[in-house]
Amino acid sequence: MASVRLLLTRRCCTALKTTTARTHVSYEVKDNVAVVRINDPTSKVNTLSRHMQAEMVEVMNEIWGNAAVKSAVLISRKPGCFIAGADINMIQACKTAEEVTSLSQEGQKIFDQVEKSPIPIVAAINGSCLGGGLEFAIACQYRIATKSKKTILGTPEVMLGLLPGAGGTQRLPKMVGLPAAFDMMLTGKNIRPDKAKKMGLVHQLVDPLGPGLKSPEERTIEYLEEVAVDFAKGLAGRKVTVEKKKGLVQKIQDFVMGLPPVRKQIYKTVHSKVMKQSKGLYPAPLKIIECIQTGIEKGNAAGYLTESQNFGKLAMTSESRALIGLYHGQVTCKKNHFGKPERDVKKLAVLGAGLMGAGIAQVTIDKGVATILKDTTEEGLARGHQQVYKGLNDKTKKKSLTTFERDGIMSLLSGQLDYRDFENADMVIEAVFEDLSIKHKVVKEVEAVIPPHCIFATNTSALPIKDIAAASKRPEKVIGMHYFSPVDKMQLLEIITTNKTSKDTTASAVAVGLKQGKVIIVVGDGPGFYTTRCLAPMLAEAVRALQEGVGPKKLDSLTTGFGFPVGAATLADEVGIDVAAHVAEDLGKAFGTRFGGGNVEVLKMMVQKGFKGRKSGKGCYVYGAKSKEKKVNSGAEDILKSFKLTAPPAVSADEDIQYRLVSRFVNEAVLCLQEGILPDPVQGDIGAVFGLGFPPCLGGPFRFVDSHGADKLVQKMKRFEEAYGNQFTPCQLLLDHAKDSSKRFHK
Amino acid sequence: MASMLLTSLRSSPLTSVQAAQFAARSLGTSVHLQAQAKSKKTLAKPGVKNIVLVDGVRTPFLQSGTIYADLMPHDLARAALQGLLNRTGLPKDAVDYIVYGTVIQEVKTSNVAREAALGAGFSDKTPAHTVTMACISSNQAMTTAVGLIAAGQCDAVVAGGVEFMSDVPIRHSRRMRKTMLSLNKAKTLGARLSLLGSIRLAHLAPELPAVAEFSTAETMGHSADRLAAAFGVSRLEQDEFALRSHTLAKKAQDSGLLSDVISFKVPGKDIVSKDNGIRPSTMEQMAKLKPAFIKPHGTVTAANSSFLTDGASAVLIMSEEKALAMGYKPKAYLRDFVYVSQDPKDQLLLGPTYATPKVLEKSGLTLNDIDVFEFHEAFAGQIMANLKAMESDWFAQTYMGRKTKVGAPPMEKFNSWGGSLSLGHPFAATGCRLVTTVAHRLQKEGGQYGLVAACAAGGQGHAMVIEAYPQ
Repeated sequence: MASVRLLLTRRCCTALKTTTARTHVSYEVKDNVAVVRINDPTSKVNTLSRHMQAEMVEVMNEIWGNAAVKSAVLISRKPGCFIAGADINMIQACKTAEEVTSLSQEGQKIFDQVEKSPIPIVAAINGSCLGGGLEFAIACQYRIATKSKKTILGTPEVMLGLLPGAGGTQRLPKMVGLPAAFDMMLTGKNIRPDKAKKMGLVHQLVDPLGPGLKSPEERTIEYLEEVAVDFAKGLAGRKVTVEKKKGLVQKIQDFVMGLPPVRKQIYKTVHSKVMKQSKGLYPAPLKIIECIQTGIEKGNAAGYLTESQNFGKLAMTSESRALIGLYHGQVTCKKNHFGKPERDVKKLAVLGAGLMGAGIAQVTIDKGVATILKDTTEEGLARGHQQVYKGLNDKTKKKSLTTFERDGIMSLLSGQLDYRDFENADMVIEAVFEDLSIKHKVVKEVEAVIPPHCIFATNTSALPIKDIAAASKRPEKVIGMHYFSPVDKMQLLEIITTNKTSKDTTASAVAVGLKQGKVIIVVGDGPGFYTTRCLAPMLAEAVRALQEGVGPKKLDSLTTGFGFPVGAATLADEVGIDVAAHVAEDLGKAFGTRFGGGNVEVLKMMVQKGFKGRKSGKGCYVYGAKSKEKKVNSGAEDILKSFKLTAPPAVSADEDIQYRLVSRFVNEAVLCLQEGILPDPVQGDIGAVFGLGFPPCLGGPFRFVDSHGADKLVQKMKRFEEAYGNQFTPCQLLLDHAKDSSKRFHK
Repeated sequence: MASMLLTSLRSSPLTSVQAAQFAARSLGTSVHLQAQAKSKKTLAKPGVKNIVLVDGVRTPFLQSGTIYADLMPHDLARAALQGLLNRTGLPKDAVDYIVYGTVIQEVKTSNVAREAALGAGFSDKTPAHTVTMACISSNQAMTTAVGLIAAGQCDAVVAGGVEFMSDVPIRHSRRMRKTMLSLNKAKTLGARLSLLGSIRLAHLAPELPAVAEFSTAETMGHSADRLAAAFGVSRLEQDEFALRSHTLAKKAQDSGLLSDVISFKVPGKDIVSKDNGIRPSTMEQMAKLKPAFIKPHGTVTAANSSFLTDGASAVLIMSEEKALAMGYKPKAYLRDFVYVSQDPKDQLLLGPTYATPKVLEKSGLTLNDIDVFEFHEAFAGQIMANLKAMESDWFAQTYMGRKTKVGAPPMEKFNSWGGSLSLGHPFAATGCRLVTTVAHRLQKEGGQYGLVAACAAGGQGHAMVIEAYPQ
């Protein structure tokens, strides 16, 4: 029966072929090996779009129908990409869960045919092999991957609030074992070729080649194909076997995993771990567990069905939409919308070797740009230098860098106390102390030594750029570049332009940021710009909650329970209580009572007592103890007691406290859009999530307003406004959205 | 100005004067000189000293772990030096300086040049130093000698190289070394005991040296396999070239052409007078071998790679006047030479490709002017890759910044007495073998110009032009 159907589809496909030429998938038969090459001509990466799938099915049917073909090789013609995954737009275009489920089932069916292929198929992987691409590869009989730095394998669906919906949840556990499969699918992490080989995800590795008679990229793909064709022949001639001899450890592991109580315990442990980490805010990981469990305990049919149904359900969740929105936003924010700058920045100078300065230097030299790191004291310079070295050395320990590459990168760093060589700098980023008079002094000193084309960027978190630019002879060359700490880990860069900043200056700053690997938002000037301005009212509210007797631990659990990766009290410690105090005071002056709430004196008193946060060992918590359990700083508690406020019972339920914190954040974000500080909601969402840890499952403040409902939010705020006053007055734009539910920030 | 003139003269071979001179010379002097017009009659430069190779010798090259196994590196070096003295009849105090190359150092004799010279009975008034530059160490020793003579500092210099792979320094782990060094300084029994107590089993694991790049941690064979793949060199081509090398070496050995080899009475063993790595095999047998580095799909095998070898070589280099004054009949002039370096990861073994056009340009010759080619054969795949690179305009333009390819040497002039694949490759001794072989081949085959080229670890390379001494 099945064969008849196959035959029928094949016939109709040949009919199709005569009418349309294939554009995405082509093949040729070499020595009885069909080499199937994929290449989406419309994109930089291959995705499993409807078009790609249709052509693939057509080609596979032709191959299966050709008796001369004894084996096949599947390879991409794109140098950096095998298949990067399913086409997200295809999933997003679906209106119902059923539609998505049927998409999943189509995928399952194709890969099922691939798995049951009468001839061996070798997946030859070079570049990203992710999501649906990996599911395709693991349905093949054999996998060969290049050891290129671009080659990564993984199932990142969970990061989009989805699950591997084309058989991944069923095949992976059988291939790499239950624990590794859970790890892959629940974290979505990228797996490098060496690891993939060890895990049993690929069978063979191929070294990338250097220059020969063709470019390295081109020749490496050719070589991969040659090797894959050899293996395909070997498989067809049964000279190569797929099954590897299992070692003792593997045998024991298999035996243990064969025991139902052990598996049950694993499911339980994984479930509770997921609940602990996700606070139950993310449905995808739980569904993934369910799919794997069903497949193993109830068999294939049930497993595949659960997978496709759960895939459909997940695609319709607000969490998935939010995460996909962030993905698209991130792609947008990784482009330079200001054109190509007139000059490339070939030499960068960073002023101040503190945490930020050294961090900026590290991410700059890391990308091959010569960088001067200047400080005023030898101690400061040595500390900064050590920070950069440690940052790179840690990478060598993780084997993502060799020690030689580390040394080569370090050689681009010039630590110095004077302005030597600044005459060759194309950009200066100052990261000195946040004090306007010091910044002015620096501007003048630097402008005396830099060439005319050199851009002066300031890494301030709150001082208006125009105030700093006031000291400049060339305000068109002055721009704000607000990095987030730790610079080498935080992806966001907030670029701030004044009305005098030239477009080329902006283009250049964005180009540097992109080179440093940052996700970039470009916002207008004003106190606190966008990110700091959103964070400040939330922290003020956090201080008020603390004063009202909500302990730091409770406050942390409330915020993380809402989806923030870091609790508010911990965040304050990380940012630094002194910085928080400084910002609160500055912005308080600029914006008045709207930024009130908690008493700034609380923070000042803490600073006075030396409780500056993590860096000083004490803040809301005490640090440095060996135990993982953080202890609340009793000194800080005493201060809070002396500033004690009475909590109004009407707005002090747990949920109220959460919404008090979040609504102030969100209202300020919307106000930034209203005032034109923010150019669009996309950058607002990206800035909030990547810079401030706004809950990713909510997709950012703007998507949150859309999904939560502006009217509901406004209602809550009105209630808080009654108790506390104008800190909770919704801004006009938010009111507009509340009034008219058809208004949405995201289409 | 003068030099510009010279260059323009050099690069225009068709000037009538030269052509006439050449015609006269080829008519008048040489009967067996190949009837091919040279770009230049000679590479002698006005105002520049002629430097000559008086003679060169080497110990038999033996597979490591065989008859030399119980020696030390300086013993081998001594044998080569004594052999040179015997061969040339050189008075021991006539040497101004000795330069020796070595790669894997025996730490007890880190200046192996001095230890060997003293042991070989050279005057203790003759200074000696050791150089290292991977597989082109003895090339470096020779060019150092050339430099000393050209600068007028010396007239007669002995250069050479030694490699002893039968014994290599295997070290304690760094942790263990640290503990042992601290132990030396520990004053009290308690301190010593606590240090001893800190030793863990893992610290006892020794560190073995590998023929691997320090910068990339890639073994050379692995890199060679990748290089062969990059240039699309097949396993078959490599096996064929390896077989050619062994066959030619065997032929040369049998017909007594390898006259640079001296006999060496190894203490406690027999007299050794032949290389023992020459093993012409069959293609079928070679095809049976599994890849040695990239498994299972690589192409470099034990049979198409050079093997670990013990051996030493030495040459006597003099200014022409000194040699003639001492009554020697030199074998060849050592002319222009270059060192090159490139990416140690992906172009580790492409030294000859980079060095050849550069040294030809420097000397004003073309590939056609060269009668004798001696390239160091690290791996058959490496040689084939270099030949393909030299034949590629695209490679020359894209990676070497040259307008056109230099061209690959014709095989009938190439390594026709065998090479490192078959004769063996004691790293630091190979350079002198190449130069001496060129001199001997020029004499035997009647050519005028010879070219030596070699690759070396670190992504470096070397080439030298050698001119036959008129017979």
